[in-house]
Amino acid sequence: MGTKRPAGSTRSPRPVSAPVPTEIRPVRRGDLDAVIAIDARVTGIEKRAYWRGIHRRYADADAPGRQFLVAAAGPAVVGFVIGEVRDWEFGSPPCGWVFAIDVHPEARQSGIGTMLLAAIARGFRRAGVTKIRTLLSRDNSLILSFFRSQGMMAGPFIPLEMDIE
Amino acid sequence: MKLQKNSRLALYSILEFAAASGRPVAAAEIADKYGVSPHHLAKVLAELARAGVVESIRGVGGGYRFAGNARRLTLFDIIRQFEDLSPTAAERREPGERTQAGRAIATVLSEIDEIAHATFKSITIATMLQLIERQDAPAPGPRR
Repeated sequence: MGTKRPAGSTRSPRPVSAPVPTEIRPVRRGDLDAVIAIDARVTGIEKRAYWRGIHRRYADADAPGRQFLVAAAGPAVVGFVIGEVRDWEFGSPPCGWVFAIDVHPEARQSGIGTMLLAAIARGFRRAGVTKIRTLLSRDNSLILSFFRSQGMMAGPFIPLEMDIE
Repeated sequence: MKLQKNSRLALYSILEFAAASGRPVAAAEIADKYGVSPHHLAKVLAELARAGVVESIRGVGGGYRFAGNARRLTLFDIIRQFEDLSPTAAERREPGERTQAGRAIATVLSEIDEIAHATFKSITIATMLQLIERQDAPAPGPRR
């Protein structure tokens, strides 16, 4: 997640920041344009092919450990979260990875991110795991602060990388 | 990692003020609770007041009050008033810094600094108050 402006036009319904009841539910095929628009608004890059692949992998999945949830305020999709239970990767016992969470900038500060994270955590517990994990840029203070505010702390793993030529 | 004494005093004070929900807290109360010199604490509080994150309330029942946004103010915002955080390790002047070994050590220290800074920048005062509540020890706030 970031703070950049959109790269292109959006085709999503206008997000609602007024106190419209927000529902957290599994993504539907018709939600994908709104999800793509939120991501484009936040990252500045529209990744339509990528999101179609994610939708196929997670929304159509029959695996209980895979989740793609959206926050819907009335007819508008204002946020989403995606995650998956992964077993024994990096030597870790099964845990729930949150690899994308986003709330439309105009719908933030109203608890939607908290609702999304709580919902996916419930799904992970139903799938039998008791640990939730994520990874994000250390420059992303805003979202780091969000996860910290939810009680997340630094885990026992250290990401490493190098340039290869 | 070890914080400077002034940074710790600043954090203790800010957390006490933020936990007091607008009630002024006497500096003497904090000095007593944390076992520090009132004179030393006064200098730290003056610095925090200059930074605009606390305000002094005069008169009977006065003291200091939190004046920031607990959901936005981070540990980094507080401790940078008292710690040398701006230059990374690679930019500090150290003996042997231009040697190959010196540059390699600076690279490692920079990595540590960047992680530490990211941690301080990601933890708000509101998050710290939640963390304190989860500890076994009594949370900051008025003594009973």
